Amino acid sequence: MGEVNRSIVLEGNETGFATTKFDSLLNWARKYSLFQYPFITACCGMEFMSLAGPRFDIARFGAEAPRFSPRQSDLLWVVGTISQRQAPALRRIYEQMMEPKWVLAFGTCASCGGFYDNYATVPGIDKIIPTDVYIPGCPPRPEAVIDGLLLLQDKIARGDRTPGIVKPREDVATLGNVNGLVKLEKKSSSKKAER
Amino acid sequence: MSAKVVDALKATFGAAILENHAHCGDDTVVVEASKWLEVATFLKNDPAMKFDMLSDLCAVDYPDRLPRFEVVIHLYSISLGHRIRVKARVGDEEGDGAEIATVTELWPGANWFERETYDMNGIVFQGHPDLRRILLYPEFEGFPLRKDYPAARTQPLVAYRTEAEAGLPLEKLAPFREDEGMAFGRRELPTSEPS
Ligand code: SF4
Repeated sequence: MGEVNRSIVLEGNETGFATTKFDSLLNWARKYSLFQYPFITACCGMEFMSLAGPRFDIARFGAEAPRFSPRQSDLLWVVGTISQRQAPALRRIYEQMMEPKWVLAFGTCASCGGFYDNYATVPGIDKIIPTDVYIPGCPPRPEAVIDGLLLLQDKIARGDRTPGIVKPREDVATLGNVNGLVKLEKKSSSKKAER
Repeated sequence: MSAKVVDALKATFGAAILENHAHCGDDTVVVEASKWLEVATFLKNDPAMKFDMLSDLCAVDYPDRLPRFEVVIHLYSISLGHRIRVKARVGDEEGDGAEIATVTELWPGANWFERETYDMNGIVFQGHPDLRRILLYPEFEGFPLRKDYPAARTQPLVAYRTEAEAGLPLEKLAPFREDEGMAFGRRELPTSEPS
């Protein structure tokens, strides 16, 4: 039994090996080295800045290094409203990226056009390019974006290319509330309701 | 505040001043479209007027009126501190003949305003040095801020992916909860092929 309990941490002069499938190893490496191409067009960009700043710090997930050439990047962040006039540029940038490549739709505008239901706006970037993760919100909170990034990394690790949507977080403070949402009420009116 | 401007205009142009009114201290005069440039030149150059700043130039579509469009300029005199709004009415029911003289010679800043007004409402500014679309793309047909432009008509530059091509539904209803997102952003929009 002594043999079995031996520590698996190797000393410097020892040798050892680990077994894995080559694909899993590759996907593991890919998911922590996402070089991003930020395609930032509108107000969601503000939230993107806070995400990239020290407070939320996407460097923790190995996804912070921007490459301003699509040829060197693997993750296209589409942040903001895409107008019909920008659509050809977005399409070309996507086509210039090397495989494997992923696309993240940041915010409601990029996901489905948001409230811009008009002549000028593309109703969701998936009308033009394949999209891996949608992050709803106008703009989404950085936590939601981090959820989206983790979802994408999870998909990369599993080799799953079906699109995913970030779900809203439940608020644990409101256990028992049907919608899981905090209800804001004036004190007096809630008292009246009780009577 | 600008009553003396209105009086001066009436004294100088007489019947070419069709009507005038004041609202919240802002005076408006409606002038004959054919006298547009003359009135503007007077307002810019007369020593008692000296409207040296063009704050805004735009057009409004009143589909029930004839002439149908109102071209509006807002002027301010930095040296004398008074302001005035001048309007002229142009165009028939179909929006044809919506033509008016350019004021770019007087206020160079009018250049882009007039291009935008042409782009959105299809007002032709005669004598404009470079009357092209400024916000929309040259392939765009029609003028989106005219009231008879169908609200749901889009003119994509990049043909949309079809659901067959994408291999998944592009209307992102299912993963959203019913109470999330904006239903009007998901309705099927008629599209026309890019020419
Ligand atoms: S989703 Fe909201 S915040 Fe983001 S680009 Fe659209 S309008 Fe701006």
